[in-house]
Amino acid sequence: MSEIKAMSAASKTVGNVFVDKPRMTARDVNVFYDDKHAIDNVTIDIGEREVIAFIGPSGCGKSTFLRCLNRMNDTIDSCRIEGSISLDGEDIYAPNVDVVPLRARVGMVFQKPNPFPKSIYDNVAYGPRIHGLAKSRYELDIIVQQSLEKAGLWTEVKDRLEAPGTSLSGGQQQRLCIARTIAVSPEVILMDEPCSALDPIATAKIEELIAELTEQYTIVIVTHSMQQAARVSDRTAYFHMGKLIEVGKTEKIFTNPSHQLTQDYITGRFG
Amino acid sequence: MTDQNFKGLTPSESARLVKASLKQRRTKETRFKLIGISAIGLALLFLVVLFTGILSKGFPGLFQYYISFDVELDATRLDPKGDLSVESLYGGDYEDIVLEAALKSLDEKGDRKLKRTLRKMLSSGSGIRLIDYVTSHPEQLGTTQTLKFALDDDIDSFMRGFIDRETPESDRRIDDFTISIADRWQEAGLISYELSDYLFFGSASRDAEMAGIRGALIGSLLTLAVCIGIAFPLGVATAVYLEEIAPKNRLTEIIEININNLAAVPSVVFGIMGLAIFIVAFGMPRSVPLVGGVVLALMTLPTIIISSRAAIRAVPPSIRDAALGIGASKMQTIFHHVIPLAMPGMLTGSIIGMAQALGETAPLLMIGMVAFIVDVPTSMTDPGTVLPVQIFMWADFAERMFIQKTSAAIIILLAFLITMNAAAIILRKKLERRW
Repeated sequence: MSEIKAMSAASKTVGNVFVDKPRMTARDVNVFYDDKHAIDNVTIDIGEREVIAFIGPSGCGKSTFLRCLNRMNDTIDSCRIEGSISLDGEDIYAPNVDVVPLRARVGMVFQKPNPFPKSIYDNVAYGPRIHGLAKSRYELDIIVQQSLEKAGLWTEVKDRLEAPGTSLSGGQQQRLCIARTIAVSPEVILMDEPCSALDPIATAKIEELIAELTEQYTIVIVTHSMQQAARVSDRTAYFHMGKLIEVGKTEKIFTNPSHQLTQDYITGRFG
Repeated sequence: MTDQNFKGLTPSESARLVKASLKQRRTKETRFKLIGISAIGLALLFLVVLFTGILSKGFPGLFQYYISFDVELDATRLDPKGDLSVESLYGGDYEDIVLEAALKSLDEKGDRKLKRTLRKMLSSGSGIRLIDYVTSHPEQLGTTQTLKFALDDDIDSFMRGFIDRETPESDRRIDDFTISIADRWQEAGLISYELSDYLFFGSASRDAEMAGIRGALIGSLLTLAVCIGIAFPLGVATAVYLEEIAPKNRLTEIIEININNLAAVPSVVFGIMGLAIFIVAFGMPRSVPLVGGVVLALMTLPTIIISSRAAIRAVPPSIRDAALGIGASKMQTIFHHVIPLAMPGMLTGSIIGMAQALGETAPLLMIGMVAFIVDVPTSMTDPGTVLPVQIFMWADFAERMFIQKTSAAIIILLAFLITMNAAAIILRKKLERRW
């Protein structure tokens, strides 16, 4: 993909879509569901260890775009993707790419907490087990403990690791899902409205956690809550009708947006 | 007629109209409830009538009349060669020893007529019963033991009151002399009414008092083993493929429709197909549980596929997302998450399919499992029959006692079916996970 073409596509987007050392890059991405054009020419970089928030009204394509970043859209038969997305310079849609290692590197946390109906331990250990990350039970124990610690759940569950994951509260379940994701040591974590099913206290905990995780991971978060985007993210991208309207530093987007649509959205005129 | 001046409703008018319509709505509700309750009541009534009918008829069939004699187990006469071999025992005097014991119980020497009558009154299997006893208790040779022998089915029917003494002798199946002997045994307290061992451990027999379900039961178990061994893995694999892997296109749609159609095909058609394909074309033997099991497997496959697909569809997509999201491959997602979560539903469907197969008669008649086979089958390729076919055959026999045997076998078949359905419910309750 030539840089010139990328620039021309990006020119429709207000603000600087590029960063110096991108972890992931998307160039001229178009997504179709059958005939419906869900994502229209999106070009954006995702930087190293940053939190980037995707905001926008319902149906604007932010979740669709997020799911392109680890090819979760592959499971949808009617979904077709054009353009290129790369992780550390490698095109993830190249024909020889296997989605299994890709998804181990780009993990995902979903909107509704979805722990497996297994024990807390097995939930976290599942990823390391299928990828063969631990050579012994001892190593696996360490990975599980570290992941739960990073997810801020260890002190709450260390005495009942054998209890079913589904017995936890909603917020704890979501942190368990985050622990499960980081147990395979991904580079990027995609979060698809991770707090939309949680109460404010659980939400605050997840947000704290995101702030801590950013020391180690690149995080892409889709959210409906503008306050949340303002609180947790370094950069914010505003999507509208499948187009990427504006990208910029979070403070800039929320205090002084350049595009009229962004202005209207964050001031609550629609969405 | 529409009122051209209608200007809309005020709240008070609206409230009045709502109130006015309430009564009619309540009446409709009550009527609907009543219809529902009466439908359930009727169904329960039929069930009660069915079960009392079967139980009251069949329960006596689980029992039969036995007579006890003191039998002298004379080693030289019973086991002339002295090695307890089959040839030696069958070469012995077993028939006469039973007869002598019978005479002794009446304190008579016995003329020809008495001996002939006694032979007819005792089950024709009495001699074999004595040999079986000696084989299993060789240490008792030389002693005198009290042994039980079955009464012939005519005497059994007489004891049950099915043959009336008041009927003229010429119209009765047993004569006055026979009745007098039965009375003497009865007074001496030698006749007992006990749980029938022939019913559970005997095999097919023309003599009603000796007929049992063992052969049919083993045949049923072997047939079901073949059936579940083929239908369960094949059905689950098909369901998983169609739900999880197959692309959703015209071809899979046609396959789906045809699976649903197969579920509605009369079972006898599967029998004809089994006859044409497995026996005629492939040259497999007739009357064997192997072929029966394959035919029943084909019959139950649609049931298993449909219920398994429903179970797979009930697994929440979020679980698949979770597994895929941390890098599980499609196969890992299916085998680690989807199948374990769908298993209770799959098992329930399969057990119900098996219960259906256990009760199936028609397709097995087509492949010759209706043959009269005395030997208990020991392998998948031994000729045999199955419980429902055994019931079907017994229902055809003329002897009075077969009516009770038939009912008793129906009770046993029902017990198996209820056990299987209960197992399905328990399994589902136990394995079902909630989230």
